[in-house]
Amino acid sequence: MSTLAPSTIELVSRLDREAPAVEVRDLRKTFRRRDRKAGRFARKRPWPALDDVTFTIDRGECVAILGQNGSGKSTLVRLLSTLLISDGGTARIFGHDVDREASTIRRLVNRVSVEASFFKKMSASENLSYAARFYGMTPRQTNAGVPEILGRVGFPPERRGEAMENLSRGMQQKVALARALLTSPVLLLLDEPTTGLDPRSKLEVQDFIREVRAEHDATILLCTHDMAEAETLADRVGILDRGRLLFLEPVPDVKRRFGVETLEQAFFAATGRAFENEGSDDDDEYREVFA
Amino acid sequence: MSAYAVEMRNQLVGLFGIVERNVYLTKRYFLWDIAFMIWTIANTLTIVFISRAAPVSPEQQNTLATAFLVGATIWAFLGIIFEFMTETVAWERWEGTIEYTFMAPLSRFVHLFGQGAFAVLYGLIRATILFFVVAAFIGIHAPQANYGAALGLLALASLSFIGVGIMTSVLPLISPEKGAQLGFVCQGVMLVVSGVYYSVSVMPEWMQWISKISPATYALRGCRNSIIHGTGMVWADVWPLLIIAVLATPIGLAVFRVGERHAKKHGKLKRSG
Repeated sequence: MSTLAPSTIELVSRLDREAPAVEVRDLRKTFRRRDRKAGRFARKRPWPALDDVTFTIDRGECVAILGQNGSGKSTLVRLLSTLLISDGGTARIFGHDVDREASTIRRLVNRVSVEASFFKKMSASENLSYAARFYGMTPRQTNAGVPEILGRVGFPPERRGEAMENLSRGMQQKVALARALLTSPVLLLLDEPTTGLDPRSKLEVQDFIREVRAEHDATILLCTHDMAEAETLADRVGILDRGRLLFLEPVPDVKRRFGVETLEQAFFAATGRAFENEGSDDDDEYREVFA
Repeated sequence: MSAYAVEMRNQLVGLFGIVERNVYLTKRYFLWDIAFMIWTIANTLTIVFISRAAPVSPEQQNTLATAFLVGATIWAFLGIIFEFMTETVAWERWEGTIEYTFMAPLSRFVHLFGQGAFAVLYGLIRATILFFVVAAFIGIHAPQANYGAALGLLALASLSFIGVGIMTSVLPLISPEKGAQLGFVCQGVMLVVSGVYYSVSVMPEWMQWISKISPATYALRGCRNSIIHGTGMVWADVWPLLIIAVLATPIGLAVFRVGERHAKKHGKLKRSG
């Protein structure tokens, strides 16, 4: 891409070429929450969001972590984004420890979450320029880079100056993708990037993820509960269930392992439960926050 | 360029980004700003008009009105700084951008100082408008006023206000629901003990002791004296402000770091709504 953030280029050139893109060992994160049924004054109890999760992602690989809502996907993404501190285990990105070298990690990682998350009164161009400043991109660089990246995600040029609150969900998600790519991350964390999108927008976003993989030297961790999306985009697929990573293998190996034809069947075989939404990742932590 | 120089450059660009974002938002909420300005002017008038009812000579009424106006102006100025700082986290949580800002490679000092720098600039503009509009409306005469000294003292005090503001900005991070309100409590307490419309000597002794560590005490006293009596930047007001300025920002940052770590440990660094 021609819009690489200068500090990222410098940092990428110094990365350990031998280190895996992501190396997670026995990662644990426990929140404390009240039982919904026990009432407001019930004692909070520990609730493991991630339970000894271990996996590795190679450089340039696209890995999908599948899981129901509340399975711990968002917690994993937040830990790798330096937004959470783990309770145990280690997570390293290109050899850098997520907890101890957070400032280095922040230059290497960007993410797209299920919520587009922008200043609603500001335009797409203003939001992108604002985000890019944190990565050292000057007005001259964003004046050229923002229209280019918005063009690449198929955002209509005439709507660049329109407030985000006037854009559709699909449009907002395209801007979110553009924001993540504008800073040239070497690790892209996609946390349900197509959830809630209409079928056409969903396909456009998926096409763009493929394009990014093909043209940009990025490693992708895709967290989703869309099994078809995981199967079409990822080299390997894992299932995170109630904080435990059950496996992380190429889809054919998963199907062979369980003797099934679909990932839904594999999930059922691995967990004994059907794949359906049971709660919300956000809800789980939300109770913790507002308790 | 050395790695240090690259990092410094990046942080300065990030600082510009924070100020630039606030300029964008101020433009978008301009009508709200006008409404808030009118409310502040009206509120200040209700205080300054009290001087007109005082059974004293017109000259003394003028001095009293000026003293009230300086107090109300600094209250408004401080209010804006505290609002910007205390709501740094709350706004971003409400907009949903908090996670993106906190995972960006911007030092927390630059992030918070950028927010404070914009608040000071914005607050100075509003305080200046407020002062001169109310002065013109009431007909205040300040022939000896040394506005340069008053502005200098306010600028010096701003460094301390930013430091204290950084301390209060951590509150919404620790308590998303009640944090912002606690920040406003801090602002109110600071002004009460600093003699916003009166001399600190009228307060109980224990409050006078607290007033000594409030930068607003010296800003209010210095600005009043500069505008009413034309005294310049008096050393007795300058040195406490310098000391508090040097101490407040590092202490504020340390407090914020502890709060941020707590929030990351307990999963509170996230959007809501």
